[in-house]
Amino acid sequence: MPKTYNRRDVLEELLKLPSATVLLGVIGPVKVLAATHTDDDQYEPTEHNYAMGIRVDKCIGCGKCVQACKIENDVPQEPFYFRTWVERYIVYADGEVEVDSPEGGIDGFPPVASDKEILRTFFVPKLCNHCDNPPCVQVCPVGATFKSQDGVVLVDNDYCIGCRYCIQACPYGARFLNPQTRTADKCTFCYHRITKGLLPACVEVCPTQARVFGEIGDRSTPLNRMMRMSHLEVLKPHMHTEPKVFYSALDGEVR
Amino acid sequence: MTPEHLAQLEAALAQVSGFVYPNEVELHWSILIVIYPYLTGLVAGAFILASLERVFNVKEIQPTYRLALLTALAFLIVAPMPLQAHLGHPERAFEIFLTPNPSSAMAMFGFVYAWYLMVVLLLEIWFEYRADLVRWRQNEKGVMKLVHWLVSLGSRDVSPAACAFDRKAVQFITIVGIPSAFLLHGYVGFIFGSVKANPWWSSVLMPIVFLFSAIVSGISLVLLIYYVTSLMRRKELDMKCLNTLASFLLYALIIDISLEALDFIHRLYESEESIEILERLIFTKLFLSLTIVQILIGTIGPMVMLAFARFSALPDELKRMIYFIAALLVQVGIFSTRWNVVIGGQLFSKSLRGLTAYKLELGGQEGLLVALGLLVLPFLILALLFKILPPWKDAETSPEQSAAQLT
Repeated sequence: MPKTYNRRDVLEELLKLPSATVLLGVIGPVKVLAATHTDDDQYEPTEHNYAMGIRVDKCIGCGKCVQACKIENDVPQEPFYFRTWVERYIVYADGEVEVDSPEGGIDGFPPVASDKEILRTFFVPKLCNHCDNPPCVQVCPVGATFKSQDGVVLVDNDYCIGCRYCIQACPYGARFLNPQTRTADKCTFCYHRITKGLLPACVEVCPTQARVFGEIGDRSTPLNRMMRMSHLEVLKPHMHTEPKVFYSALDGEVR
Repeated sequence: MTPEHLAQLEAALAQVSGFVYPNEVELHWSILIVIYPYLTGLVAGAFILASLERVFNVKEIQPTYRLALLTALAFLIVAPMPLQAHLGHPERAFEIFLTPNPSSAMAMFGFVYAWYLMVVLLLEIWFEYRADLVRWRQNEKGVMKLVHWLVSLGSRDVSPAACAFDRKAVQFITIVGIPSAFLLHGYVGFIFGSVKANPWWSSVLMPIVFLFSAIVSGISLVLLIYYVTSLMRRKELDMKCLNTLASFLLYALIIDISLEALDFIHRLYESEESIEILERLIFTKLFLSLTIVQILIGTIGPMVMLAFARFSALPDELKRMIYFIAALLVQVGIFSTRWNVVIGGQLFSKSLRGLTAYKLELGGQEGLLVALGLLVLPFLILALLFKILPPWKDAETSPEQSAAQLT
């Protein structure tokens, strides 16, 4: 039965309101202060589960993400080492598919050379998929590569023996042997940035917001919205690696 | 990064056909990783041959028993060297023993290797030679006496009871040793066969194919070594022994090629998404090393030769020659088998859209010279082992003499 209010009750409620407002006004800043304090000192990895979304139909193949990644992460400039790269797919009317990624797409792409009639073209940014079931972690003989508590697959440089089994085990070609450190290297989602609340460099510079960063779970992030609004796919799902890089508008030709 | 390495990568990039992921231009497991399964295969094969004599009582191959054991030891000592040399951080290799990742197939290497070396091979050789060592020591002076005393671990007892115990121990270790030898090389096959990302490797048959190719390679190597050492010692070759070895080699080859054929037909029939790129691989990059060298020269050729020589009425001298050439061809074939697995598995892109290239350097840490050195080294170790532990029966009275004859 709904509560009925008499005059006395209404007056009582009215009196509560300002006091509650004052109280909240005090608690609010205290909470914020307290929160900032813990964020600075103690990053709690178990509270996060990072992931990335890639909107294939937004990518223009400018290569800014590749450049930003190389600079941000000291990736060797030679065109054999990439933490992220962009592939271009050209599907001709006769069904032939041509894929290229000149220098990882770091300087964009040259005009299509062929005179054949083109059915469709698109760009696909690639990076480590930070698999939930990562084969690279499974095979590492010393446990130098591991899945962090916040869902990022990382490599311990000081521990990796450089056997390259992980490079063989990755179905996505996301790993390389860093010629400077002689250890396995790959995308970290810019771990040094995201743990400070910043975006990965590739996401930060993307001019079309083709790359969306965020978290899986309750936390409200741009990725949540994308995951709600799009049909998502992952690369090579039959490998059962359970990638955490989700693609929207992904073409069946992409492997 | 060295300029040579960069030049090598640029050369590989120029040879890429179709599309490969940018990180795939560099081929990561080089010729050193080809040598590793080649060597462990020889170890396992030689040991299994030795076991035939002991456990299954195949008396004909008795002259090769000790030879096979020492061959297995010499090659086992060298087997981890190419792995070590290949690491980005060789100084951290010991971490595999200290903090092995239990889910990693590779992490088990140290334990499989240590088990095989310590528990199987060294023990069996020690019990096999113990009484001889004691006897040799009694007639020796100087360094050899000391060496034999050390190797015998100061043992003195040559009573019939002690010798009977030796025989029993050898018998027991051999019985443990056979599954261990299967484990040693089957495990190497598993390292490749369990990589689901690579359709050329990923096959449940891989460990079994590895195993039978190991038996093939081990028998043929022991045949070669028996042949050459007998010639060098100017001793008559035991034709019964050679005939039996040739038969075993032929049977092993038949099983080996049947398994390979099964694998091939299975892939072709299933025709999964990788079939087109693998077809391109076989008919372009691997045509020479797979079709010509591995299958024609290394398997079918020796099979025909062995079958012909073994079951025809040729004079012994000619038979021996044919066996020798067949065994030599088998070695070439097995080496290219390892090459086709290890290098072949890295020549195509996991995007299944293109092929890359492997250019073998001459010098450098992973070059041809290092590889050749690692292939010669086991023979040097074997020569040394022959000096310390002469494997021939006629040497039981005077090991120095027969060792001197050899050199």
